[in-house]
Amino acid sequence: MSDVTETTANSQSGIAEFEEGLGDPVLRRRARIWQGIFWVAMLGFLAAAPFFLYPVFVMQLLCFALFAAAFNLLIGFTGLLSFGHAAFFGGAAYIAGHVLKVWGFPPILGILTGTLFAAALGWLVGSLAIRRQGIYFAMITLALAQIVYFFALQMPFTGGEDGLQGIPRGHLLGIFNLNDPLAMYYFVAAVFLVGFLVIYRIIHSPFGQVLQAIRENEPRALSLGYNVDRFKLLAFVLSAALAGLAGSTKALVFQFASLTDAHWQMSGEVILMTLLGGMGTIFGPVVGAFIVVALQHALSGIGSWVQVVIGGTFIACVLLFRRGVVGELARLLRINSL
Amino acid sequence: MDPMIRLILAQGMLGLNNGVFYAMLSLGLAVIFGLLNVVNFAHGALYMLGAFLALIMYSYMGAWIGMSDLSIGFWPSLILAPILVGCFGMLIERFMLRRLYKLDPIYSLLLTFGVTLVLQGLFINFFNASGTPYPGMPESLRGVVNLGFMMFPKYRLFVIVFSILVCFIVWYVIERTRIGSRLRAGTENPELVKAFGINVPLMVMLTFGFGTGLAGLAGVLAAPIYSVSPLMGANLIIVIFAVVVIGGMGSIAGAVVTGFTLGLVEGITKVFYAPAANTVIFLLMVIVLLVRPNGLFGRQG
Repeated sequence: MSDVTETTANSQSGIAEFEEGLGDPVLRRRARIWQGIFWVAMLGFLAAAPFFLYPVFVMQLLCFALFAAAFNLLIGFTGLLSFGHAAFFGGAAYIAGHVLKVWGFPPILGILTGTLFAAALGWLVGSLAIRRQGIYFAMITLALAQIVYFFALQMPFTGGEDGLQGIPRGHLLGIFNLNDPLAMYYFVAAVFLVGFLVIYRIIHSPFGQVLQAIRENEPRALSLGYNVDRFKLLAFVLSAALAGLAGSTKALVFQFASLTDAHWQMSGEVILMTLLGGMGTIFGPVVGAFIVVALQHALSGIGSWVQVVIGGTFIACVLLFRRGVVGELARLLRINSL
Repeated sequence: MDPMIRLILAQGMLGLNNGVFYAMLSLGLAVIFGLLNVVNFAHGALYMLGAFLALIMYSYMGAWIGMSDLSIGFWPSLILAPILVGCFGMLIERFMLRRLYKLDPIYSLLLTFGVTLVLQGLFINFFNASGTPYPGMPESLRGVVNLGFMMFPKYRLFVIVFSILVCFIVWYVIERTRIGSRLRAGTENPELVKAFGINVPLMVMLTFGFGTGLAGLAGVLAAPIYSVSPLMGANLIIVIFAVVVIGGMGSIAGAVVTGFTLGLVEGITKVFYAPAANTVIFLLMVIVLLVRPNGLFGRQG
């Protein structure tokens, strides 16, 4: 695949429309104002949600939103399509579940262990996958994630088809009882916020700018003297670690780690969330995760028709709606970063 | 004969039987990728569709249209089902994929992923997710043949021979005939081929139909061996992707040879360490990526 076509592809899809710092000051101010509005709305929702929505539902939303935001770091800001992110999400859930349940780790340490595991796994998978580009990258990550899935199925500690059940929530810092729904909720909200801020920081750092340069034109980034492979690998590890953070937190919330979390269909779902919300936008993955999870809840009565709906949404997004919800909104508001 | 060698030969034959499906599916994938630069995730789902069409034509169709004694057997299905799957493929190409050619190829991968979910979801709704046996194996292929080291089902032997034949014909047509040369020219430079008066969009559509038809054909062949289930294709396509990464999608012959070989390797692994049989192809992919990142038959990344 020539790079010329890839570049046109990106600019048509809206991935490339992230050129903060360019354009006139009025536009920049407008972008800043709208970003501020989104921040306020998100923080307000985080604070108030458990009082008008079922807390477990919101916690599920937040875990998936963080997962999708982590995934977006790769697809949206580095231009790498990983089709195996469920391995980090699900793998971390199993590891966190195991150390919490069997080794009796306190919650924060358990989540950190899961996250570290995902980072290590991300380093392994990433260093293999970046040896090929484009479409091959996607196929390799999918195949490697399948190894993790088979491990989850066959290892003795994972509980096979039954999953890892009865993970204790424990006490946060030995003080707050996480079996209390509100305490658990605010802990999850805090984890989400920390993860989201880390991603925001990465995107806006010089490192993040280099990632976007690689996304736009890899040969040029290479010829400017950047060690492209190292940047890609680091982005992959960061994305995997944050996906692991989301997975470990989900295991703690539901007290359960299952094969579903590590299945390729989960990798597909996180792609859909990001695509639907808007690849390469800041708030898109969060919006996308909310839509997909809410859709799954609303349609839970119709059984496996959900899969048909999800598949149809996928097709519709790719054909008609490649900028995603937030991407389209940014275009309507004529700002280039939201 | 030494029992160990006997066991290796027997598992090798069974492995070769799986390799047939790896070869036929990665062949179709390679043909499509060669001309369209599209990685068809739905290839597994179309294989499943082929198997279901054979099952439907044999067991259900008669009852659905009110003629309960109507039943289309294996041999007609072997021709009809691939044609139907190919037509379905052409519809996907004409109305969906065609709009994505100017974009990054990841979009066509995502689109065909969506198609996979839709097909899979539909069949889970209308049929049993756990699978239905196909009862229509032809009388003439029932029973076993003595291969000297094992009694091998006649039907499976037929599948192996038939698929090798199909793969050879496809290779011959693409690499050695006029139609094939146009096809390859279209891959290299579609604009120039258009200038020679060849209808490239039509050729692309027919190629996609042909590639997906091959998946349908593999599905019909698989129906009497494995039980027909909505998930049969999804599990296979990931293995096929690994096969394709190992072989490299650049070469038709490479795809076929890799497919057969990996089936054989998987079968023989079962003899030595059964739990690794699921993952051995993926592990081989890792080794190939470390040693020859472009694949065994790949030209460039």
